[in-house]
Amino acid sequence: MEENRHIISVLLENESGALSRVAGLFSARGYNIETLTVAPTDDPSLSRMTIVTTGSESVIEQITKQLNKLIEVVKVLNLADRNHIERELMMVKVRATGDLRDEVKRLAEIFRGRIIDVTESIYIIELTGECSKLDAFVETLKVTEILELVRSGVSGIARGESSLSLNGHKSKKSN
Amino acid sequence: MELTGADILVRCLRDEGVKYIFGYPGGAALHIYDALYRQDEVRHILVRHEQGASHAADGYARVTGEPGVVLVTSGPGVTNTITGIATAYMDSIPMVVISGQVPSHLIGDDAFQEVDALGVSRPCVKHNFLVRDVNDLALTIKKAFYIANSGKPGPVMVDIPKDVTAALAEYHYPETVSMRSYNPTLRGHSGQIKKAAKLLLSAKRPIIYTGGGVTTAGGEQELRSLVRRLDYPCTNTLMGLGCFPANDPLFIGMLGMHGTYEANMAMHDCDVMLAVGARFDDRITGDLNKFAPYAKIIHVDIDPASIGKNVKVEVPIVGDAKLVLADLVATIEKLKLEPNYDALKAWWNQINSWRSVDSLSYDRNSSKIKPQYVLEKLYEVTNGEAFVTSDVGQHQMWAAQFYRFDTPRRWVNSGGLGTMGFGLPAAMGVHLAYPESDVVCVTGEASIIMCIQELSTCKQYDIPIKIINLNNRYMGMVRQWQEFFYDRRYSHSYMDALPDFVALAKSFGHDGVRIDDPADVEGALRETMKRKKDLVFMDFITDQEENVYPMIAAGSGHNEMHLSPKAESEEPAPQERELA
Ligand SMILES: Cc1cc2nc3c(=O)[nH]c(=O)nc-3n(C[C@H](O)[C@H](O)[C@H](O)COP(=O)(O)OP(=O)(O)OC[C@H]3O[C@@H](n4cnc5c(N)ncnc54)[C@H](O)[C@@H]3O)c2cc1C
Ligand SMILES: Cc1ncc(C[n+]2csc(CCOP(=O)(O)OP(=O)(O)O)c2C)c(N)n1
Ligand SMILES: [Mg+2]
Repeated sequence: MEENRHIISVLLENESGALSRVAGLFSARGYNIETLTVAPTDDPSLSRMTIVTTGSESVIEQITKQLNKLIEVVKVLNLADRNHIERELMMVKVRATGDLRDEVKRLAEIFRGRIIDVTESIYIIELTGECSKLDAFVETLKVTEILELVRSGVSGIARGESSLSLNGHKSKKSN
Repeated sequence: MELTGADILVRCLRDEGVKYIFGYPGGAALHIYDALYRQDEVRHILVRHEQGASHAADGYARVTGEPGVVLVTSGPGVTNTITGIATAYMDSIPMVVISGQVPSHLIGDDAFQEVDALGVSRPCVKHNFLVRDVNDLALTIKKAFYIANSGKPGPVMVDIPKDVTAALAEYHYPETVSMRSYNPTLRGHSGQIKKAAKLLLSAKRPIIYTGGGVTTAGGEQELRSLVRRLDYPCTNTLMGLGCFPANDPLFIGMLGMHGTYEANMAMHDCDVMLAVGARFDDRITGDLNKFAPYAKIIHVDIDPASIGKNVKVEVPIVGDAKLVLADLVATIEKLKLEPNYDALKAWWNQINSWRSVDSLSYDRNSSKIKPQYVLEKLYEVTNGEAFVTSDVGQHQMWAAQFYRFDTPRRWVNSGGLGTMGFGLPAAMGVHLAYPESDVVCVTGEASIIMCIQELSTCKQYDIPIKIINLNNRYMGMVRQWQEFFYDRRYSHSYMDALPDFVALAKSFGHDGVRIDDPADVEGALRETMKRKKDLVFMDFITDQEENVYPMIAAGSGHNEMHLSPKAESEEPAPQERELA
């Protein structure tokens, strides 16, 4: 069966055990997690989680249903089903000496990255965008030495009216 | 007036209507035990091992439909309950487990008897809570009971640090609770029900396959109305036995690995399948690629995740079995739908020819005690009215096949987890729920040893259950697989150095009898069942190498059954059947 990339948004109670329940679900049932991000929303009693995973249609259906079954989960939305925006933040520390200093700076500009820390021999570059853009930037940075790299994992949001909120009309939860 | 957390907890249990809790004390639970001492409305049953507590609570829940309640201390108290919690979880049984925890300020310090109770229980509970503040205690207990026994039921653990049980708060028990993140769907979608009605009535070779969810829903009357209205064949899973009467001619027996020939053949050949409150377990489906190749499937389940998990479904219906079945019957009436009687007649002819194979037949002239015979006689002697608990193994399958359950919640066994050691403690819970009824525990000499300590609990509380030990001196179910699939290499399935069970029962203050002649079986059962006040351990020395038939080997199709040597001679030659 065909395995596709899916990006699943989850609205859940901001409670201490909730994250471990989601992580436990994925490991117990053998689903894979590519990235997982979570933070409280404007309503501090709720957290918003974005999970990027791959799987066949039936696996993704099970993941969605199993997530819904967790008592703390309020709503689940598969963003891959709709028009949406994805962003990921990356910070990368690179060697920037000699000729490479200008070259790296130029590359960062092309990708609309920002240099957020500078020493005599080092830049830290911040870049936000879709995963593919981040990947492409990492590829080009191979001209120099990457000392350290940190990515936030993907966050996603649906375009237009449809929204994953307590009163949002999409994706009613049922157990 | 302010109360301690411990008193609040006990009041909550009282106000929730809890009559029994099954438990075992220890340091972190001592404030709670002190609160129990000061009252007599909630009765505590002291087990002899915390596994026994969780199985006893489970048995109580299975027959009453109310959550069973367990109380244990931290650390080993919690870990000892896990087998029982997992058993309840797999079979969707409502349970509330209250565990003491080390004081809040010690949590995370590897304190004495500290174990991460939420962490170790998480994979096998519906939900769990840690109560950090005494002011949250009553609401948490209310939520625990609500979650445990709504939607798809299951065990819920509430872990309470010792200091919280000592802290003071005002007591108020909420009457209801609502949670924005948890709202089970009960009513089926009317459009889907209409579709289901039409598909079901268009069938030429229909089957109705039902499971534990019908029992949970209390939907047996609705199921009976539907099946009898349509004259369709009905089969039950191991967990669903009793929700359709075994003695009804429309019942074609249990299906699955040890189901009847007719049930499995009908599952294989059917063109429309209505599955209600059953989860297409692998003991049912066998090889999924060979499962019901001609069937269009309607699946009714309260858990959306159960639908479409293992098999492709034509008409999914999320909802409570009782409500959906009632709506389905009403829709059939409203649309004035009638079954295809000609096709149905041919289908019943086919089913009856499968029936004539008599797949549960066994050698009735043996000089050894046949386990099937013991269960047939048990059924007769108790008029089919006893509560029957079982352990796990061959004896469990024979009990399922030969004790013909006509009502739900009479058959109490561990299906999903298959937990040896379940039968005896579960029977204690059943007896406490229905003290006037006959309760028998059908077990094997290997299983019974796993929770034998509970004979002591039975003595303390005068629990007069009858233990039917089908003693084949083998882990029979394991031996059977080794006979079939490992060339009779009986590796570690032989029960060496067995105790003298009669003496053992006596040492606990009970009575015991050993029966080794088929001629004595019925008389011994009659005598024993008359002894309403005594626990009697009946040690039946049975034919050692009897096998459970029919059997579908794991990974085979429904039409690839092993039949007993006797039934094999009756099996019709495979005919060319045209199925589409
Ligand atoms: C040695 C051994 C041999 C076995 N052999 C067999 C065998 O031959 N045949 C057999 O059938 N089993 C057998 N089993 C048992 C098997 O492992 C499963 O436990 C059993 O088949 C599951 O039964 P079920 O589908 O009825 O599901 P259950 O586990 O009873 O699940 C109930 C289903 O109903 C749903 N539900 C719950 N409440 C409601 C409601 N209110 N409304 C609607 N739906 C609801 C649940 O979500 C769930 O999907 C065997 C077990 C052992 C240990
Ligand atoms: C706790 C546990 N351990 C192991 C098993 C695997 N197992 C299934 S049946 C069985 C043998 C049971 O023997 P007995 O109780 O004598 O029953 P019999 O099959 O002989 O009737 C075993 C070991 C199990 N189901 N549960
Ligand atoms: Mg045995």
